[in-house]
Amino acid sequence: MSAEVSQEPLAAPARTKRGHARGEVIYRHAFLVRLTHWLNALAIFILVGSGLNIFNAHPRLYWGSKGDQYDPAWLSIDSLAGPHGLPRGVTRIGWLRFDTTGVLGWSHSHGHWMARAWPTWITIPRFQDLADARHWHFMFAWILVINGLAYLAWSLLARHVQRDLWPTESDLEAIPRSALDHLRLKHPTGEEAKRYNVLQRLAYLGLILLVIGMVMTGLTLSPGIDAFAPWLLDVFGGRQSARSLHFIFASLIVFFIVVHLIEVVLAGPINEVRSMITGRYTVRPERR
Amino acid sequence: MTLITRRSSLAAGLAGSGLLLPGCSRIFGATALTGNAAFQHVLGFAQRWTLHTQRFLLGGGQLARQFRPSDISATFKANGTLHPGGEAYAQAAGEAFADWRLAIDGMVARPLSLSVAELRGLPARTQITRHDCVEGWSAIGQWTGVPLGLLLKAAVVLPAARYAVFYCADNLEGEPAKGGEQAPGQYYESIDMDDAFHPQTLIAYAMNGRLLDVPHGAPLRLRVERQLGYKSAKYLQRIRLTDTLAGINGGRGGYWEDRGYEWYAGI
Repeated sequence: MSAEVSQEPLAAPARTKRGHARGEVIYRHAFLVRLTHWLNALAIFILVGSGLNIFNAHPRLYWGSKGDQYDPAWLSIDSLAGPHGLPRGVTRIGWLRFDTTGVLGWSHSHGHWMARAWPTWITIPRFQDLADARHWHFMFAWILVINGLAYLAWSLLARHVQRDLWPTESDLEAIPRSALDHLRLKHPTGEEAKRYNVLQRLAYLGLILLVIGMVMTGLTLSPGIDAFAPWLLDVFGGRQSARSLHFIFASLIVFFIVVHLIEVVLAGPINEVRSMITGRYTVRPERR
Repeated sequence: MTLITRRSSLAAGLAGSGLLLPGCSRIFGATALTGNAAFQHVLGFAQRWTLHTQRFLLGGGQLARQFRPSDISATFKANGTLHPGGEAYAQAAGEAFADWRLAIDGMVARPLSLSVAELRGLPARTQITRHDCVEGWSAIGQWTGVPLGLLLKAAVVLPAARYAVFYCADNLEGEPAKGGEQAPGQYYESIDMDDAFHPQTLIAYAMNGRLLDVPHGAPLRLRVERQLGYKSAKYLQRIRLTDTLAGINGGRGGYWEDRGYEWYAGI
């Protein structure tokens, strides 16, 4: 363990067979960050899968306090009779209407077609089961909350948030350049690679806010918590609004994960994944 | 050269993130785990944790939010049993439930049997509350009825009693679950003394200013406002006070509970 708190750099720049400098190895991720990262990843994975199974029990979203089949939904996923009497999957978002047959609304599993909003391959458990999906969801919600609180408490006390995540003034000024670099798939090297760039900082802070938003909107769906903290209903504009926001925040988290994984691959997947397991990260030498 | 490498790694990244999504359940064997008794025990641990946390937070008997008349749903979705069926119920409905009685027995010093008319003669409470179905939808309605606590005081609940169990006139079909269909059964529910004596817990006989209609539970239904809709049992016939839920039907304290749902439905 003592090696893990040693000062960077851990090793002199390694050399490839051909003698090129491969960059120095630094200690990038603290143990607690690595542990909570993977627990968080597991919890979110299961929460999304079980959440979509729960969504399937009533695949419509509303704004305000109330909303059932008689109220206008801003999003719905249905199976409707198609032209030849064959069902089609129809997803509606506001005025937009999409034929999503095969994925949303009307999909198949093992050659058997069925009416369900989200298909079997994405939900936990695979079969439609609201009771079990709720058990999964609430257990991993507890894990997410405890894990998240441990991360936040440590990150604030160890000044991880203040030092590594909160953007500096010069960071903010560099947003356009950083955005351009990301679009050109250009990743920082040398000294610059030893710290999070500004878009990384904003993305990670955004994720923290999204997870807090997920927990808060999730709690607002609980009639018991609503009696204890009715202000939650006012913050989110009613229980059905909270349910809609719960879905929107989850979608944004999934979007974050997709971008995150793409960036990991682009920045060097082995180095990146290793750094989140052992903490050690190889900095690529300065680009000339 | 480097650009091409990056493009190909971008493609690999997209493929990788795509590959991760399919088979959410398969990756962790979640579907198989769901059927595992030991894992269900772990899941049950989280349920008890939720119950104890909420009981701790709700120790002060906080009220569920009450709404304005303008918030009432134009059409309040009726769910579960829409008509209990059977000759006895049809006859009772035909007689406007004149002979319908609600029994209160079990661990009480003074068992009661009350007609609907007698209940309507007792002090009433009217409240406009939100009904949250476990499926995810909500509807707002106005309920009028006798606070259950009032009836339980009249019946003198014995100190050892821990639960009020509600027996209903309807037999309900199950739903698809665990890849199959559930067995039908007689509807019943149970709550603990915290909720039984909560001021908003009613034996309701009217909805939105009119006597309850059949789809919404005529002539009597329960309202438990800090829990999900399945706790608010319809077509009430009997309330039994007991110190244990074991031995009553599936032993888990309710029709949906016997089919896997949480007994504590405050979440």
